Amino acid sequence: MYRITESRRLTPEAVLLKIEAPRIARKRKAGQFVIIRVDETGERFPLTIVDSDPSTGTITLVVQEVGTSTKKLGRRRTGESILDLTGPLGHPTGVKKWGRVACVAGGIGVAEVLPVIKAIRGAGNIALAIIGARTQDLIILEDEMREAASELYITTDDGSYGRRGLVTDVLCDLINNGSIPDRVFAIGPVPMMRAVTALTRPYNIPTIVSLNALMVDGTGMCGCCRVSVGGETKFTCVDGPDFDAHQVDFEELVQRQKIYLPQEKESLQRYEGF
Amino acid sequence: MQIPRQHMAEQEPSERIRNFNEVPFGYTPEQAKKEAERCLQCKNAPCRDGCPVEVDIPAFIELIKKGDFSGAARKLKETNSLPAICGRVCPQEDQCEKVCVLGKKGEPVAIGTLERFAADWELKHHPGSPSPSSSRGARVAVIGAGPAGLTCAADLARMGYRVTIFEALHQPGGVLTYGIPEFRLPKEIVKREVENVRKMGVELKEDQVVGCTISPEELFRDGFRAIFIGTGAGLPRFMKIPGENLNGVYSANEYLTRVNLMKAYLFPQYDTPVIRGKKVFVIGGGNVAMDSARTALRLGAKEVRIIYRRTRKEAPARREEIHHAEEEGVVFKFLTLPVRYRGDEKGWITGMECLKMKLGEPDESGRRRPIPIEGSEFSIECDLVVVAIGNDPNPLLPRAVPGLKMGRKGTIEIDPATGQTSMKGIFAGGDIATGAATVIEAMGAGKAAARGINIYLKLSG
Repeated sequence: MYRITESRRLTPEAVLLKIEAPRIARKRKAGQFVIIRVDETGERFPLTIVDSDPSTGTITLVVQEVGTSTKKLGRRRTGESILDLTGPLGHPTGVKKWGRVACVAGGIGVAEVLPVIKAIRGAGNIALAIIGARTQDLIILEDEMREAASELYITTDDGSYGRRGLVTDVLCDLINNGSIPDRVFAIGPVPMMRAVTALTRPYNIPTIVSLNALMVDGTGMCGCCRVSVGGETKFTCVDGPDFDAHQVDFEELVQRQKIYLPQEKESLQRYEGF
Repeated sequence: MQIPRQHMAEQEPSERIRNFNEVPFGYTPEQAKKEAERCLQCKNAPCRDGCPVEVDIPAFIELIKKGDFSGAARKLKETNSLPAICGRVCPQEDQCEKVCVLGKKGEPVAIGTLERFAADWELKHHPGSPSPSSSRGARVAVIGAGPAGLTCAADLARMGYRVTIFEALHQPGGVLTYGIPEFRLPKEIVKREVENVRKMGVELKEDQVVGCTISPEELFRDGFRAIFIGTGAGLPRFMKIPGENLNGVYSANEYLTRVNLMKAYLFPQYDTPVIRGKKVFVIGGGNVAMDSARTALRLGAKEVRIIYRRTRKEAPARREEIHHAEEEGVVFKFLTLPVRYRGDEKGWITGMECLKMKLGEPDESGRRRPIPIEGSEFSIECDLVVVAIGNDPNPLLPRAVPGLKMGRKGTIEIDPATGQTSMKGIFAGGDIATGAATVIEAMGAGKAAARGINIYLKLSG
């Protein structure tokens, strides 16, 4: 059992959790994830580690409540526990001194890009954070972002906060204004990562995406998370989760994420019905 | 008059393909005594040499004959920590029963079924029998709670060592839990056998991926004097043919893990889903292929075919498993090789292209090599494929210990007699050292390594 020391709602759809896991808190590096199982009947699913505090032995996760498993986790209160927590898994994000690095994130990806930004700045880079959401209420971790990034750009689809438009609009402007970043990280919904990748491809800007494939064990054992990268099959859990965006077959990734849509719907209706 | 070999009663095929309950029911006490009477109690007991964990077979059978079923179970447990499991999944026909003297003229003694009977008897009547040891011996870390790790841990505990097992998944058992289906090895049996290992004083920690959560170096620093690596063959192979990442193509590991470990057959009571195909193809000819095919039937498939590139004769699955699968209606398509999967516009599998094969000269495995017949392409439709062509060793732990000497195929190199790796204090055994093999071979390796560790710790004071 792993105790939740803090459960805080960030938006109507997202919850921040701090969970006791001292070893993981000590070891984790930017870009790594954990596998979670909330209760006895629960699924195993991956979540990116957002932050950790080795002194209190806790890790920070942000969960977006979309299906049964994420809702089960999001509804756990401070002081309650989850059954299983394993990690840190996956290769840490590779960080070097590149110069100016744009970190583009949407939705829950904003939480996931936060440790990457810290690592990038720690390596002496200028980190431009470009974060977006559908509307103002869904913008998360703005203060943390402002503190971590060298510059922060915010967009909302409806213009209720920051610039009206998409994160790619900001990246597009940067490129058009001649301030082409030396490297781009994109973390978030697949359509967003795909759009960023399409934008950087003609300029040959090295672009890294952190993939959120479906997983079961998260240790290479099952192959559920396989993804085509440069025409080769990779396992997101042990070969990733970061990959060269220009080599990723996003079409296949989108399709594979929809495998269980009918079952996910059925499961959620059953869960919400009780 | 000679007593014929006793056969266990089984669930009828038409009935059992609608449930996940175990297929055979096991012997009644009368049957067990009758079967035990068949044993000739040979002085040289060739069966003993055929057992990787050195069970004193004539002795436990003699005790069953006398009606001392608990005594028989204790005799088994002297050398085998998981007898209820071995009695079910060991390929006895290739080991103890293969060399049984009775087998020369007729049918060998049903050693496996007798083992199962005695072990089940003990689990049912004396579930708490092993006593916890209050040992002060050196501490040993065992990585992986599968057959190799559990055996190594139990043997070390018996020698007086303080053992902690680190398991990556949320439940112990390794392949016994995630791989072998309920209908062949009930999870309750695995749970009780693991519980018995715990009662011997072995500590078990789940959710610990050694190499990620904790490194071998840290284990030594934390006071462990030796490490046994039994992390298994946990990286599924694919054929690298077009369309393999289509929706509806599973590795056997994923398919079986969803169903066995995550209980997807009870979806939506359990949250993990699994695709229930109507027309299912399973690629491969081993036990895992049989398990996958029989699982697909139980999940409601109308038609299940096993596609294997060689013939029935070369198939590595146990005869018993092939027989069970056929009884249940699984159709075998031998001498067939998939070359491409076809999908629809939404990325779902719709069928596959295959080549017909013929057998040529024997290859390094001694089996006749399958050769494609030119111009023999044909196409078949399906809505689910399970690829059961084997596993490679899991890379996570070797990756975390760069000094470890590795073999060509990602296996850890060991001295098979002691399990010693290239690094001081680190031992290994089972599939991580040999490549994918059987449960009992992994247990034999765990046993050898326990002895190796004992000698190492005695010598290093």
